[in-house]
Amino acid sequence: MVVSDTSGQSTLPPPFTNYDLAQPYDEMFDAGGHPRSAYQKLFHRLLEIPPEILHQRQQDADLTFLNQGITFTVYGNDEGTERIWPYDLLPRIITAQEWSMLERGLTQRVTALNLFLKDIYHDEHILRDKVVPRALIYSCQHYRREMRGIKIPLDSYVSIGGTDLVRVPDGQFAVLEDNLRVPSGVSYMLANREVMKRVLPEFFVSHPVRSIEHYGQALLHTLISLASPAQPHPTIVLLTPGVYNSAYFEHTFLARQMGIELVEGRDLIAHDNVIFMRTTAGLRRVDVIYRRVDDDYLDPLTFKSRSSLGVPGLLNAYRAGNVALANAIGSGVADDKAVYAYVPKIIRYYLQQDPILPNIETFLLSDDLQRSYVLENLDTLVVKAVGESGGYGMLIGPYSTAQQREEFRRRIIADPRNYIAQPTMALSRGPCFLDNQIEPRHLDLRPFVLHSDQVTIVPGGLTRVALQRGSLVVNSSQGGGSKDTWVLDE
Amino acid sequence: MLSRVADTLYWMSRYLERAEHTARLIDVNLHQMLDHSTAEEQPRWQRLRASLSAPMAESDIDTAYRITESFTFETSNTASIGYAIAAARENARQVRELISSEMWEQLNRLYLQIKQTSINELWYAKPHAFFSSVKEGVQLFQGITDSTMNHNEGWYFIRVGRFIERASSTAALLDVHFQAFFTNEETDMQATSDHLHYQGWVELLRSCASFEAYCKVYTAAHIQPEKIIEFLLFNLESPRSISFATGMLQSAFQSIARSTHIRRTGRVERLAGRFRAGLEYDQVGDLLQDVHAYLQNIQRQCTQIHDALYQTYMAYPIDVALTERTSAQA
Repeated sequence: MVVSDTSGQSTLPPPFTNYDLAQPYDEMFDAGGHPRSAYQKLFHRLLEIPPEILHQRQQDADLTFLNQGITFTVYGNDEGTERIWPYDLLPRIITAQEWSMLERGLTQRVTALNLFLKDIYHDEHILRDKVVPRALIYSCQHYRREMRGIKIPLDSYVSIGGTDLVRVPDGQFAVLEDNLRVPSGVSYMLANREVMKRVLPEFFVSHPVRSIEHYGQALLHTLISLASPAQPHPTIVLLTPGVYNSAYFEHTFLARQMGIELVEGRDLIAHDNVIFMRTTAGLRRVDVIYRRVDDDYLDPLTFKSRSSLGVPGLLNAYRAGNVALANAIGSGVADDKAVYAYVPKIIRYYLQQDPILPNIETFLLSDDLQRSYVLENLDTLVVKAVGESGGYGMLIGPYSTAQQREEFRRRIIADPRNYIAQPTMALSRGPCFLDNQIEPRHLDLRPFVLHSDQVTIVPGGLTRVALQRGSLVVNSSQGGGSKDTWVLDE
Repeated sequence: MLSRVADTLYWMSRYLERAEHTARLIDVNLHQMLDHSTAEEQPRWQRLRASLSAPMAESDIDTAYRITESFTFETSNTASIGYAIAAARENARQVRELISSEMWEQLNRLYLQIKQTSINELWYAKPHAFFSSVKEGVQLFQGITDSTMNHNEGWYFIRVGRFIERASSTAALLDVHFQAFFTNEETDMQATSDHLHYQGWVELLRSCASFEAYCKVYTAAHIQPEKIIEFLLFNLESPRSISFATGMLQSAFQSIARSTHIRRTGRVERLAGRFRAGLEYDQVGDLLQDVHAYLQNIQRQCTQIHDALYQTYMAYPIDVALTERTSAQA
């Protein structure tokens, strides 16, 4: 299949002619240019289908997204422009063995992180045993003193998690970061599958793809399990910051999927430490809030006093145990990027197990030695602000200007605790259909983990791709796209 | 249903009804202008402003061109079509997942159409076509609403918004016309033979989309104020009459009360029932003594119903609702 030309470069047949194999890890091809076994059928099918047909299907898919209003909002525009999130036609395939390892690894990680959160808000064993430095935790931007000693349902701090995984050059999966506050993207995982089934049904016939349709049910089950047993028919709501939020589409989508009310802060009232929503049929008690509002904006009496997105008195109702929140307030400590570096130790401490999913090597800039190394090597490293997400507040060394590096050097020296550094990752690449050709692009994977009385992970996740040639940034806010993710059943 | 959602649907609907009404008023006035000396022009625009409760005295808004521009496009003018459509769209956007996508798309189209038209295009090309398309755009939205949205509680709040706005704006318009043509002396109904007055009454009927319907009932030979007021207030068959609107309001409130099962609905239902009964049993002969007072009373009742609607379903005091919960559980 693979022909070697005079320069020693492998060349593949059309539509793969422009497919550059000179990368550390490719999802579809092994180092010799042969399709990996999970991709065999797809590869051969792609050789047969005329690119015009694929192009047509791509347009069908784009139109479906537009018509269904599956969009996200771009900030910084006076009318809050809604855009379609670019969708790539070709699926990303994960084998049954890989998935079973990921599932175990993610379950282990979310279990340990929940134990960790319970510990640091109660007995602080891990701090007293000096496994994690006390100063590190107390200086976390998302540490919430208000949560000290509060008992929460099922000790489930992170009920909904989204962990970003990447493949390192040897093909192993590693955790890039945990999203434990209000992870988003699950609606795109579901929508991508729906659209894929609609425009390329034939692909599914030849592949045993595991279903992800039950995510809405699983999420609802997780939320219901958080309600007090005294409420046999709990009322669950989804709290959104409102129509101008970038993930508003997802909020409406999930509320519809679960058949629960989509509320804003102004719809809720706290009275005698009980939360009610104001309906045309009077006040109705609310038992569980799936909140898509950050901690800071949840309760103006406790956190940012000028927030109008939250509910005055919510924290007291929460403390009194009259309402459950998913995720818990203060869960952001565990996704602080400096705490991330300790997660392998955290797993060993609570579970006495070796981590199944490794971390990426991380430099803590509050450490003098590590900091001086990082400052010497800014042009090869990635620097991230510890409390940020969504691709904001990042320096990608190899793609940065001297001025940007100088700016980060200044910021790091001014506030070392606020930054970490990692080697620039050569993310794995997978095939994408672009301009009637198939070319490789960098991608990652965000599976969604549900934790309550049990851990549930629907087989799949959101695969984000950096559609720009050479780009490593996959965030929707930074020009990335997404594709359907298949977990095979055998 | 969340109170905020009911509130939003109600206002979306009111703003659309208002936009249609304003479009019709401007259209009729521009059309009448072609028949008239400029001497009559100013009072007519004054009436338009008064009936829309718009501020009277901005000195730069004095020509027909400027008035049309301001009341069609200027979003700084809260009585303008542009303002009303933008407000309706903003409300619809807040509840987009609850209305049908067809409704959203139609409203969005209407919004873009107005946004993309300039005063000069409208003025020099075809004002009538523009205003017709606005009216049709709103009517199409109403048709789409009726045929694509579930006829549930939310749909009834949309109907409440439409008919309360229609009753109130029709009463305001009637009032302005009656003050202009009917104030002096006793009830000299024969004054209608006067050509100017005849035009004024026709203008009123057209502004209420009722000229043809009126002629079918009373024939065109009888353009008489007494008959006109009878038609616009009491005709039970005309969807433009206030009596018709009160009937729709009452049945919408009954449906809402049935679906919410709360016991506080007494006041709003009583007000809506009394409003309807008044228009059902009153006769035109009784009110000719003081038309102004009668029409003022209609507008007052609209305001009362609006307030009662808020008190019952949206902005009710929390202690009242809590008491109700306790007694319901007892």
